[in-house]
Amino acid sequence: MSMNPFCEIAVEEALRIKEAGRASEVVVVSMGGEQCVETIRTGLAMGADRGLHVITQDSSSLFPLAVAKLLQALVSSEQPRLLLLGKQAIDDDCNQTGQMVAGLLGWPQATFASKVSISDDKESVCVEREVDGGIETIQLQLPAVVTADLRLNTPRYATLPNIMKAKKKSIQRVTPEELNVVIGSDLEVLEVTEPPKRKAGVMVASVDELLDKLKNEARVF
Amino acid sequence: IDPSQASSALVIAEHGGGSVKNGSISAVAAAAAALGDSSPVTLLVAGSGGAELDAAIQHASSAHPAVLVARSPLLGQPLAEPWAELLVQAQKKGNYSHIFAASSSFGKDVLPRAAALLGVSPITDVTRTIDQHTYIRPIYAGNAMATVRFKGSGPCIVSIRATSFPAVPGLALTGNREEIYVMSSTGAIGKSKWIGLSSQQTERPELGAAKIVISGGRGLKSAENFELLEKLADKLGAAVGASRAAVDAGFVPNDMQIGQTGKIVAPELYIAVGISGAIQHLAGIKDSKVIVAINKDRDAPIFQVADYGLAMDLFEALPELVAKVPSKRL
Repeated sequence: MSMNPFCEIAVEEALRIKEAGRASEVVVVSMGGEQCVETIRTGLAMGADRGLHVITQDSSSLFPLAVAKLLQALVSSEQPRLLLLGKQAIDDDCNQTGQMVAGLLGWPQATFASKVSISDDKESVCVEREVDGGIETIQLQLPAVVTADLRLNTPRYATLPNIMKAKKKSIQRVTPEELNVVIGSDLEVLEVTEPPKRKAGVMVASVDELLDKLKNEARVF
Repeated sequence: IDPSQASSALVIAEHGGGSVKNGSISAVAAAAAALGDSSPVTLLVAGSGGAELDAAIQHASSAHPAVLVARSPLLGQPLAEPWAELLVQAQKKGNYSHIFAASSSFGKDVLPRAAALLGVSPITDVTRTIDQHTYIRPIYAGNAMATVRFKGSGPCIVSIRATSFPAVPGLALTGNREEIYVMSSTGAIGKSKWIGLSSQQTERPELGAAKIVISGGRGLKSAENFELLEKLADKLGAAVGASRAAVDAGFVPNDMQIGQTGKIVAPELYIAVGISGAIQHLAGIKDSKVIVAINKDRDAPIFQVADYGLAMDLFEALPELVAKVPSKRL
């Protein structure tokens, strides 16, 4: 299963932070069934040090709140100083998990990051975020949660030597029960449907024809 | 869900420059659609204080029966930690059955954090309400719609796409105003600091609310060439947007990006210039009434969604359009 693009950007940022000497270890986490192993191996092949697989029966029960609770439990045992996530998954487009786990942990959050700078003393992080009005800059005390946006970085390809090395890196498996987290859900997906289709349009041959149609047919002028 | 609990909604009223933002007015419309007109809706208007906050409170009160005010230096900036805590406190005090907000970058940042603190899953970026606990939201960049039902105990927390809920003018009732005392610097509050916001001052209409939007893509080739679009926009009184490619290339700033992870627009008229029509871009424009595409590549996917397609070099088409388009401010 291929890694969610925003999560790839988060992994890349973690690797850059380590390469800059601001972190000693990068751990990648994935949650769900067996297909997560492949995703974790990709992270390890990019350069992460070890993996954590929270194994669940099926991924469809993993709504963001459940993921956040599982992450909260992992964080309390792993004690990272920075939790990096992609801002949203491109299937459900929720954009909730990072914010939720930050709330549960009582950590400050910086979402939709386009630039991340850890301070020299490693006590704080300065983040530029893409918001409706432009680029907002905030500073957070560590430990903190940051979610990655599109322009934060361009993830590296895993090189063949690193793919080989990754096979030897450890992936620890853990269940929600072992983490003392009960996965329930207060949401139910009743159905998934196609959105209404737009009517097919027409090609026009000139600017004059376009303006004529917009004025007389579409009546937007 | 306690069926005997009467419904009531708290709506976060974002404000700027002394007035409540359009997105929040849409959130009020969504609350009314979900709960019915007889359920009380309270607007939460908060900030650090001062004339702008007072003006926003006035604006909220002029159209709304109940306004909840919170003043604190901690709320002077849009930081998620104090604002999420504010929602928790407001919920404790008011015991609302629902909390609504616009799915703006602020709403996206704050609402899920507040929901987690209140122990519930939020339903975000909703485009339609079915009933009080059932909502429709886009998934897979809008290529599918999911009908989601909240069955938890605790408030039903919903963020809405402003373009799906046109702002309706409210009743002019005198406001019943309450103030709540806001928390001190505890927990995560105080661990974040707002440094600044870089933004472009513009006279143009806001992208989310503009009746006409003209967007440029990679085909514009440079930041300077966007001036061609701006000339057209000025003549039409339109807002200017861009595809992700144009922002990535540095032609325009990020706040002009339209698409799955940028802004969602639904204008009367959307003109896509030099935009190929990637799925992620289409996700941001699907609800536009009329879509026009100008691209010299006849095979560009944008032509499959455009109502009117002009396969022409934009550098020829744009100047001609600027010259011939009626000078009109809608």
